[in-house]
Amino acid sequence: MRIRAQIGMVLNLDKCIGCHTCSVTCKNVWTSRDGVEYAWFNNVETKPGTGYPTDWENQDRWNGGWTRTKSGKLQPKQGSKWRILANIFANPDLPEIDDYYEPFDFDHDHLKSAPEMKAFPTARPRSKITGERIEKIEKGPNWEEILGGEFSKRSEDYNFEGIQKEIYGEYENTFMMYLPRLCEHCLNPACAASCPSGAIYKREEDGIVLIDQEKCRGWRMCVSGCPYKKVYYNWSTGKSEKCTLCYPRIESGNPTVCSETCVGRIRYLGVMLYDADKIDEAANAADKTDLYDAQLGVFLDPHDPVIVETARADGIPEDWIKAAQESPIWKMAMEWKVAFPLHPEYRTLPMVWYIPPLSPIQNAAEAGAIGMDGAMPDVRNLRIPLRYLANMLTAGDEAPVAQALERMLAMRAYMRAKSVDGVIDEAIAARAGLSGRVIEDMYKIMALADYEDRFVIPTTHREQVEEAYDLRSGCGFTDSNGCSTGISKGSLFGGAKKPLKMPTEAM
Amino acid sequence: MHNFLYGIFPYIALGVGIMGTIARYERDPFTWKTSSSQLLRRKQLMIGSILFHVGVLVIFFGHLVGLLTPIWVFDTLGISHGAKQILAVAAGGIAGVMALVGGIMLFHRRWVDPRIRQTSSVWDIAILVMLLAQLVLGIGTIFVSLGHLDGHEMVKFMSWAQGIFTFDGAAASYIADVALVFKLHLFLGLMIIAVFPFTRLVHIVSGFAAPFRYLLTRRGYQIVRSRRSAALPHHAGPVSASRKVVDPKLPPETASSLAARAAE
Repeated sequence: MRIRAQIGMVLNLDKCIGCHTCSVTCKNVWTSRDGVEYAWFNNVETKPGTGYPTDWENQDRWNGGWTRTKSGKLQPKQGSKWRILANIFANPDLPEIDDYYEPFDFDHDHLKSAPEMKAFPTARPRSKITGERIEKIEKGPNWEEILGGEFSKRSEDYNFEGIQKEIYGEYENTFMMYLPRLCEHCLNPACAASCPSGAIYKREEDGIVLIDQEKCRGWRMCVSGCPYKKVYYNWSTGKSEKCTLCYPRIESGNPTVCSETCVGRIRYLGVMLYDADKIDEAANAADKTDLYDAQLGVFLDPHDPVIVETARADGIPEDWIKAAQESPIWKMAMEWKVAFPLHPEYRTLPMVWYIPPLSPIQNAAEAGAIGMDGAMPDVRNLRIPLRYLANMLTAGDEAPVAQALERMLAMRAYMRAKSVDGVIDEAIAARAGLSGRVIEDMYKIMALADYEDRFVIPTTHREQVEEAYDLRSGCGFTDSNGCSTGISKGSLFGGAKKPLKMPTEAM
Repeated sequence: MHNFLYGIFPYIALGVGIMGTIARYERDPFTWKTSSSQLLRRKQLMIGSILFHVGVLVIFFGHLVGLLTPIWVFDTLGISHGAKQILAVAAGGIAGVMALVGGIMLFHRRWVDPRIRQTSSVWDIAILVMLLAQLVLGIGTIFVSLGHLDGHEMVKFMSWAQGIFTFDGAAASYIADVALVFKLHLFLGLMIIAVFPFTRLVHIVSGFAAPFRYLLTRRGYQIVRSRRSAALPHHAGPVSASRKVVDPKLPPETASSLAARAAE
């Protein structure tokens, strides 16, 4: 056993209102630069839909993630090391920028510089790559917002697998949900596995997956390797970039920008202890529906004294063990089993988990007649098909998702009984396999979601790493390359070292 | 002039090339990259890039082995100069045409496609033009070589190349009387070596290093980096909770479960 700690995230989709505040604040902080205008480290998709980049979930097309070979070996779906190297000159599985969208801006200046005209001046779009006029914008970062576009196109959504999807194109049966997505900081990252340069690595102390910008050579195998398409090739710097889980913030105990700014308070950050020696076995479960359970088996109970002792021996700091014991991720994923990994069938053991959303009863007219399971509606009659959620979160296994939805309904019913009728109804809790005390805890974490309950982030232990004295008068955080800005035009090596513009004293 | 271009300039080119490459790797690793434009335009790159790279690699190793293998090795192996020449012309010709076709496709794409044109640096275009010119010159030499397939001319270039690497002061004189197309090919080749560190060509070094790193030095697929300054003591299995006394620092759940365990 080798215990490591990982900062995990849970997103409570039941509360996501699709406001895109996470995406926009992330964009402003991380990707408002040349070459990554098209890249959204965090984006929010409306489901059902084909997403961003289009059809990203279809691994028959992109060959992302891992596959279990006939002989039972685990290897990247795009191929073994040899195969990946053989594709180095031209990567057949790489999306083109049009699969995301061609980045554009508008001629805002024209609005104020236009001469007097009969018609109102307009700001027309322009490509951010070529600078040329785009006559018609064909695609954007959120092209299917609130079920935008026709159903026939959106229904190519991979999660419709095994569902008679035609009826969901009818107005009466339509359903939707939001899916905010970011890098999963997987336990078994396929991006890192497919990088021939060895530039992508997982950090031992917090599990954050990063790309070493100085080691990245732009072979772009990670872009196709990542099944979530959350590694982006910066066409300006020629390096790949990805979500950093805002590690400078995490290190100082602050939540990521997307989590901090989340209006619906749907995001949770916390520590999970896991057994690094179990990863290979868990990712290689024979049946894809076993992968969810296999991943649960990798996590270690931070309340178990043997685990605590072993964690200490493995160098996990005391406050990290304590954070693991108070982790909201542990509670939701392991204790209450209401949070699930996104597409476990990709075998990456993702660490950003999702609480499935509840939805209205499928057929309001019959709501009174059918599907009342005691005091609660049957989760199979909810508007969002159970199978759809299961395809997304448990590789098609409906039972765990049904149980999670039942528990969430039980939480509502129990709390309604308590606060409206003033009755403590343990029977409701018992039906969902819970107790009143657990439900009250669930209510506190999931419904009230106080800042301190959502974010239990221990600070990093730099004293184990470096002498703070050596860091004095450094450059602080830069893209790469020491104090160089990283953008370099006109220098000897094809890029200039612009001097950093430092604030000067006001006169 | 001849002595300068083929006796002294090779050392300047190699010096600038090697020192510059080391300097860039050391000073500005962030700029060290392939500068792939596949994301922006897939069209023409898939076939063009594969043809170009495979062709160029064959040519590169052909030149390396052909020029720098000591002549006595071929003599010992019993490979006649004529046979070696025919092999060089055939293999080099096929690979050269492959690389040229691929290179023209890539150049057309770079020049005509607005996305690639706009995002190209001056060096991106210049180095591609240089390489295409070098390929044309190289294929051009084949027609001269066909005139004398006995391998006599080829030995001159081997002597020259090996003379350069063995610091033979008379190296340039070995190729004094070769055809102009050869001389141009040699000069452009040296120029490409000289500008190597200032262009995207540096990715060749990584291209050669990557298979070694990826296949040989990386065990399995994953990389985990630790910032810990001191290594942790290794232990194989779980550490038993040996404390008999319940640690007051442990949270209550743990303390009670520990007590329960002790009671068993």
